[in-house]
Amino acid sequence: MSTPAGSRATPAAQTTTPKAVVKEDAMWLQKALINRNYHDLATARERGRKIAATFVPGNLNELLMCFDFARSLPETNALQNALRKRSGKLVMEAERDGQSEDVCTYVKADIGMFLQGEVGPTGEPLPRPDVLLLSYTGCFTFMKWFELIRHKFGGETVMLHVPYQADGRIRPAMRDYVVKQLRETVIPALERISGVKFDIDRLREYLKESQKAEEDLVAVLQTAKHRPSPIDGYFGAVYYIGPIFTAFRGTPEATEYYRVLRAEIEARLRAGKGPLTPEGDHPGEKYRLVVEGPPNWTHFRDFWKMFYDEGAVVVASTYSKVGGVYDFGFRHDPARPLESLAEYCLGCYTNLNFAQRIDMICRYMDDYRADGLLVNSIKSCNSFSAGQLLILREVEKRTGRPAAFIESDLVDPRYFSAANIRNRLESYFQMIRQKRLAAGVH
Amino acid sequence: MRLADIVARCEALFEDLEFRAVREWKAAHPGAKAIGYMPIYVPREIVHAAGMLPVGLFGGGDQLEVIQGDAYYQSYICRIPRSTLELGLTRRLDCLDGMLFPSICDVIRNLSGMWQILFPDKYVKYFDVPQNYDDAVGGAFYRHELASLRDDLARLAGRPVSDDDLRGSIAAYNENRRAVRDLYAFRAARPWQAPTAEVYLVLRAGCVLPVEEHTRLVRDYLAAAEATPRPKRDNARVVLTGAFCEQPPLALIKSIERAGCYIVDDDFVLVQRWLVEDVPESGDPLDALARAFLHRSTQTSSRYDEKREDKGRTLLAQVKSRGAEGVIFAAPSFCDPALLERPMLQDVLARHGIPYTAFKYAENTGQMAPIREQAGTFADSIKLWTAA
Repeated sequence: MSTPAGSRATPAAQTTTPKAVVKEDAMWLQKALINRNYHDLATARERGRKIAATFVPGNLNELLMCFDFARSLPETNALQNALRKRSGKLVMEAERDGQSEDVCTYVKADIGMFLQGEVGPTGEPLPRPDVLLLSYTGCFTFMKWFELIRHKFGGETVMLHVPYQADGRIRPAMRDYVVKQLRETVIPALERISGVKFDIDRLREYLKESQKAEEDLVAVLQTAKHRPSPIDGYFGAVYYIGPIFTAFRGTPEATEYYRVLRAEIEARLRAGKGPLTPEGDHPGEKYRLVVEGPPNWTHFRDFWKMFYDEGAVVVASTYSKVGGVYDFGFRHDPARPLESLAEYCLGCYTNLNFAQRIDMICRYMDDYRADGLLVNSIKSCNSFSAGQLLILREVEKRTGRPAAFIESDLVDPRYFSAANIRNRLESYFQMIRQKRLAAGVH
Repeated sequence: MRLADIVARCEALFEDLEFRAVREWKAAHPGAKAIGYMPIYVPREIVHAAGMLPVGLFGGGDQLEVIQGDAYYQSYICRIPRSTLELGLTRRLDCLDGMLFPSICDVIRNLSGMWQILFPDKYVKYFDVPQNYDDAVGGAFYRHELASLRDDLARLAGRPVSDDDLRGSIAAYNENRRAVRDLYAFRAARPWQAPTAEVYLVLRAGCVLPVEEHTRLVRDYLAAAEATPRPKRDNARVVLTGAFCEQPPLALIKSIERAGCYIVDDDFVLVQRWLVEDVPESGDPLDALARAFLHRSTQTSSRYDEKREDKGRTLLAQVKSRGAEGVIFAAPSFCDPALLERPMLQDVLARHGIPYTAFKYAENTGQMAPIREQAGTFADSIKLWTAA
C-alpha cells in the first residue's frame, strides 16, 4: 500500500519501446523528493543517523522525525522495484527462501530485496533499519512482515496496535489506547533507540506543516468533481499522494510540493483541460469511474493506458486514501498532537469497517458524478480484497450504476493478465454506454 | 459409557451442519440465546454468564457444498469464510442470535462487516484483542472490550450480567480447561489409546454443547479410552501446527495417523486451550480474564511476539514436553497468519535440530494419498534418524 515516485520513465512492458514521458512540474518535484529520500537512507549511516522502517497506513512520520530517524517505507520500496521491473525476481527469491506462494507479494519483494544484497530501487544501498515501527493499521500482514524481517535480518520491532473501527466509529477507549501506547511504549522506545529526547513542541511544528499539505492535497483530489476532471484520481493520484504518504508528511518540502501541485492542477482546471497522461493530455473524458483497490505496479503504465485509450478517467479512488483519509475533514492537529496521530491511524481507509467503505464509495459516486465503480482486486491484499464482491453488489444496489471487477496483483508480474483485464474493461465501458443509451443520455 | 458410543455421539455432532444440538438446547431453554464465534479465541465465559450458549463455528468442513458463499470470494481467499457464509445464507445458522468475530486475520475481520450487512437483524461483534501486553495499556483496552461485550450481551439477554455470574462461568470453564488439559496429557502419554481423530471429535463436540456437558463428555471419554486396550504401534510422535482456524477434514487427521504418526500435540480448536492456566475465580472477573489473556495464554501466529527470541517458544515447549520427534506444518491454503509464520518456526526448529515437514490443505481437501505419502515418508525418516 503505497505510492510511486516518478518512475513513469520506466519502460512499461518488455515489448514496448520507451517513449518520452510527459510530466507536470510537480511530478518532477515528487520524483526528486522520493529519490532524495533513498539517498538519505543510503548515506544515513555515514552521517550518524538511525534508520526507521514503517508502513504507509498509520505511519507516524512526524513522530519519527522528532527522533531524527531516516525513514524507509517497505511497501514503497517494493512498488518502486515493481515499477522498475525488478520485483518478479525478488518475489521468487523469497519463495525460494521458503515463503509461500500464497502470501503477500509486498512482503516477498521486501525479503527478496534483503536477500539480494540490500540494494534499494534507485541502485543505492538500503541499509537495515534500526527500528521496525509496526503501525498495525488495517492489515494483519504488517505484523508478520516485520516479525519476518526482524527474524531474518535483525532490528527491533516496536508495536503500535491500532484497533479496528468495527462499529464504524472511533470510540474514546480506542483513541485512549493508541495514545497510551504512543506515550508509554512507542515514544520511550524511539527515545532509547535514537538517543534523542522527545520534544512535543517539535512534533507540533511538524503537524502544522502536515495540515497545510493535507489541505492542498484535498483541494487537488477534489478538482476531479469538475467535468472534465483535470486529474486522474487513481493513476495520477498515486503520484500526488507520494510525499504525504511516505517520508515527507510534516516537512516544509511536502508543503511546498502540494502548493506547487495545487497551483498546477488549478491552472489545468481553469484551462478546461483533462488529466495529464504519460503520453500527453488525456484524449477526452468519456467515462468517469470510481476505483476501489490498489493498482498493479508491475505493468502500471500499460494498465493506465487501457483506461485513457478508452477515454476513461478515474475521478476518485479508495487507494488514494490508504495512507490517510483527509477528504472528510480530518487534519493533523498541533493542538492535540498525540490524539490526532491516534485519530489519523484509526481513520486510515483499510481500518474502516465495511459499511463505512461502502458509504464512502457511494458518496464518491455521487459527489464525483461517476458512471460506475471498478474494483481492482489484488491477490496479495486480503485487507482490501476479502469481501470486495459484496462491496460491489452493495454499491450497485444503492447507486443503480454499473460496477465491474478485475483482478491483478501488487508486485508479482505473474498475476497480471493484460488481455483479461482489457477484455473486462471493454465490456464494462460497453455496459456503461448501453446504460446511457437506455437512459437517453449520450 | 462405551468408548464407541462416545465417539459416535461426537461424530454425529461434528457432522451435523444443521446445528440440531443448538436448536435442542434452545428448545430446552425457552428465551435463551445462542451466540456463534469464529476461531481462534473469544472469552466464552461472558457468553455463558449471560445465560447463553456459545457456539464455535469452524467452517463447513468437507460435507458442505458451497454455492452462495463462493459468490462472495475470489479464488485466492481461504475457504472458511465462504463456507461460513454458506451456512448463514442457507439459514443453517438461524439458531444463532449473534456472532463474534475475533481478531485473527484480515479475512475474518472483513467477514464481520459482511455479516453486519448480510444479516442486519443479528448481533455482530468484531472482538478486538490487544497486541500490547502491558496491563495498564493493552490490558486496560482489553478490559474495556470485555466490558463492552458483557454490556452488549446483557442487553440481548434482557438482564444484567453480574460479577458473580462471571465468576461462576469462569469456574465452569476452568473445569473444562482442566479436563481438556488432562485429555491432551493422556494422549501425549499414550497416543495409541486416544487417537487424534477421536480427540479432535471430542474437542469439536465442545463447540456446540454447554460447557458443563462437554466437561463430563471429556471425562467420560478419558475413562473409556483408558479402559479400552489398543495396540501400540511404532509410530513417530509429531506435533501438528498451523491448523488453528480453518480445520482440516477429519480424513486428513486419520490419514496422518494411518501413515505412521502419533499426533501428540496440535493447535486444533484452540479456544479450549487458549488460556493455559486456570483463571482466578475471585476478585474482579473482567480483570482476571484480561490478565489471563495477556499473561497466561498460548502463542499463535495471530498474536504479536514482542521479541525475536519469543518466536517458536510454545512450539518448542510442545515438542519437548510431549516428547515429539518432529513437527508437521499443516496450514490452510491462503492462510496469511499460518503461512507467514511458518518460515520463522521452521528456522527455529532447524536451529534445534527438530525435523519437520509441511503441506497445505483446505477444509474440503479430498485427495488424501499425497498427504498420506508425505506423512508416511516423514514418519519413516524420523524413525531412520532416531535409529541412526
